[in-house]
Amino acid sequence: MKTTNPADWKGILVVGEITNCRLQPVSHELVGKALQLKQDCPAAGEVSVVLIGSGIAAAGKEMQTSGADELILVDHSQCALFHNDLYAAILKNIIEARKPSVVLFPATARYQDLASMLGIRLDTGVAAHCVDIRINETGDILAVVPAFGGKVLGDILCPAHRPQMATAKPGIFRPGEAKPGHTAKVSAFDAGGVIAETMGKTRLVALDAASCAVPEGIPLEKAPVVVCGGWGMGSKENWQLLGELAGMLGGAVGCTRPAIDEGWMPDESSMIGTSGKVIRPKVYIGAALSGSSHHVCGMKDSDLIISINNDPQAAIFEVSDIRVVGDAKQVLSALIERIRTIRSA
Amino acid sequence: MGISIAVCIKPVPDPAHYDKIKIDPVKKTVVREGIPTILNPCDKHALEAALQLRGPDGLVTVIAMAPPNAEETLREALAMGADAAVLLTDRAFAGADTWATSYTLAAGLKKAGNFDLILTGTESADGATTQVPAQLAEWLSWPHLWNAVAIETAGETALKVKTKAENEWSDYQIGLPCLLAVSREANKPRLTSLMGVMKAKKKPLTVWNRCDLDVEDASLGMPGSPTQPGAIFEPEMGRKGIVLSGDAEEIAAQLVEKLRSAGLSIETGDTCAPGGAGV
Ligand SMILES: Cc1cc2nc3c(=O)[nH]c(=O)nc-3n(C[C@H](O)[C@H](O)[C@H](O)COP(=O)(O)OP(=O)(O)OC[C@H]3O[C@@H](n4cnc5c(N)ncnc54)[C@H](O)[C@@H]3O)c2cc1C
Ligand SMILES: Nc1ncnc2c1ncn2[C@@H]1O[C@H](COP(=O)(O)O)[C@@H](O)[C@H]1O
Repeated sequence: MKTTNPADWKGILVVGEITNCRLQPVSHELVGKALQLKQDCPAAGEVSVVLIGSGIAAAGKEMQTSGADELILVDHSQCALFHNDLYAAILKNIIEARKPSVVLFPATARYQDLASMLGIRLDTGVAAHCVDIRINETGDILAVVPAFGGKVLGDILCPAHRPQMATAKPGIFRPGEAKPGHTAKVSAFDAGGVIAETMGKTRLVALDAASCAVPEGIPLEKAPVVVCGGWGMGSKENWQLLGELAGMLGGAVGCTRPAIDEGWMPDESSMIGTSGKVIRPKVYIGAALSGSSHHVCGMKDSDLIISINNDPQAAIFEVSDIRVVGDAKQVLSALIERIRTIRSA
Repeated sequence: MGISIAVCIKPVPDPAHYDKIKIDPVKKTVVREGIPTILNPCDKHALEAALQLRGPDGLVTVIAMAPPNAEETLREALAMGADAAVLLTDRAFAGADTWATSYTLAAGLKKAGNFDLILTGTESADGATTQVPAQLAEWLSWPHLWNAVAIETAGETALKVKTKAENEWSDYQIGLPCLLAVSREANKPRLTSLMGVMKAKKKPLTVWNRCDLDVEDASLGMPGSPTQPGAIFEPEMGRKGIVLSGDAEEIAAQLVEKLRSAGLSIETGDTCAPGGAGV
């Protein structure tokens, strides 16, 4: 295993994500974090962003005013479909040429995959699913990483290798403020050579443009109120109460894993937790869920946490502002009824 | 026709008990006493996929890098239907990050045989980095896909794989040999039969330590890991913990007030006042 001379590496590179020509919000969140690191420690150097895709001018324009110092666009027809081998090869080229000290990736299905690959290709460490990133006294990155479903947090350092890489889920960091007056300088990376070489060797072929299931209603991450149900809801019929209440409060329905297994929710896109979404609504209402660490990890930073459980010992109560010991169906029905009465008055 | 498949399985502390995990205030280490070790839940889906893809003459080998007591977990995988098991165990492997874990697993897999396909879970319950699958594939210079929700053969030398990323699906064709991280959504793992348990006792379980593998000592365990752990702590969970009492109607009335002070308009359903957790 080789080590590198940290002094040769400078600056922070954010790998932004474009899916279906849309810049993903997590890209802005990572830039927000990078700008904060730069502010805390000016020696950290400049913040640059790389975007890969095909026909990505609009995404580039959007990113230009994010406050980043530089934007690198990799715009190529062969990059229209996500291809891990190809994208990783492109990023390796860019990282080796520019030697950033820090590289941040979205911890999304596609981009955590790239971060993992680059950890081996560049012989360096990757801190997974960080919930915070700071710079320590020695100028190194200190990434805070959850383990055991978030029950334990640990600092992760990468003292002897560069770049120091980290991934963070959507929703973990606050986006930087758009700075219309400040535009990043833009450069293009010509991926032609890397593409020719990679496509000649890889045994992986992307066949189809991604087909996308657009969830109905307000996206969970943006909803001011999330009404979340767990296994204890007991039936599809009871489950309807969550949607009814969420609808009344202008919110969205979230769930724990067993609710998907029971078929009360269609798929994991509404699951909250380590393998699901991280949310930070104004109000979180958790009904008939135990508060397993895997779930709590995704909702513990909500402003107000209300929970309903018929077991007074339920772990969810330990992370709740308001505890209701009782039957979820009864309490939710009564709450819906109460709001209905107020509205009809 | 049958293919030779390796499945990476990780013995993990049972996630149903993570609430009991504490940090020793003096030693600053994770205390997980009394928590049973189980086969990582996601890896059962990888094993199920292997058993379905194996074909009549195929072979399924499970492999784990873990402490010596992991033999029990490997037997469980054999009972589910795997044909052979390999345990990589050595004090020198302890404390490995994903870089060193994947390095060691890759060495074990190279020694264990000529596999056409390697399957893994998508994430481990304890570390949950999701990084080991891609990193393992990189050490082998194999192509890979993460989060496969459907896998079918495409002729003798390739697979057609559907992957899921957030709420999108993509289709790929991938040549063998390759590595796939199998999603929970790909299948429903079979239950172990008593017959399976009996048979598992006679199936081969090979144990290798560092001397059996073609590895550099400097790349093993915590000393060989590029990432190094610092302090550990429990997340800040400070909450008000107000208990509401009364019957359902009384509680509903109190909840409405709490929602109001959090900035929700009960009359319209709008969120008005900015920020703040008013209680
Ligand atoms: C690797 C891994 C990743 C995971 N990732 C996630 C994740 O991202 N998100 C996630 O949610 N889970 C995740 N899980 C699963 C997680 O560990 C828990 O199993 C799950 O969160 C439990 O869901 P639950 O609270 O709904 O169910 P349970 O734990 O079964 O809790 C049900 C609760 O309902 C209460 N109850 C029952 N009846 C009533 C009633 N009538 N009224 C009121 N209360 C009632 C019970 O007291 C109990 O507390 C993951 C697991 C693993 C291994
Ligand atoms: N020590 C290990 N032994 C065997 N397989 C492992 C090990 N660690 C990780 N894996 C595999 O890699 C997958 C992802 O794990 P992780 O990267 O830890 O989230 C798991 O589901 C396993 O299939």
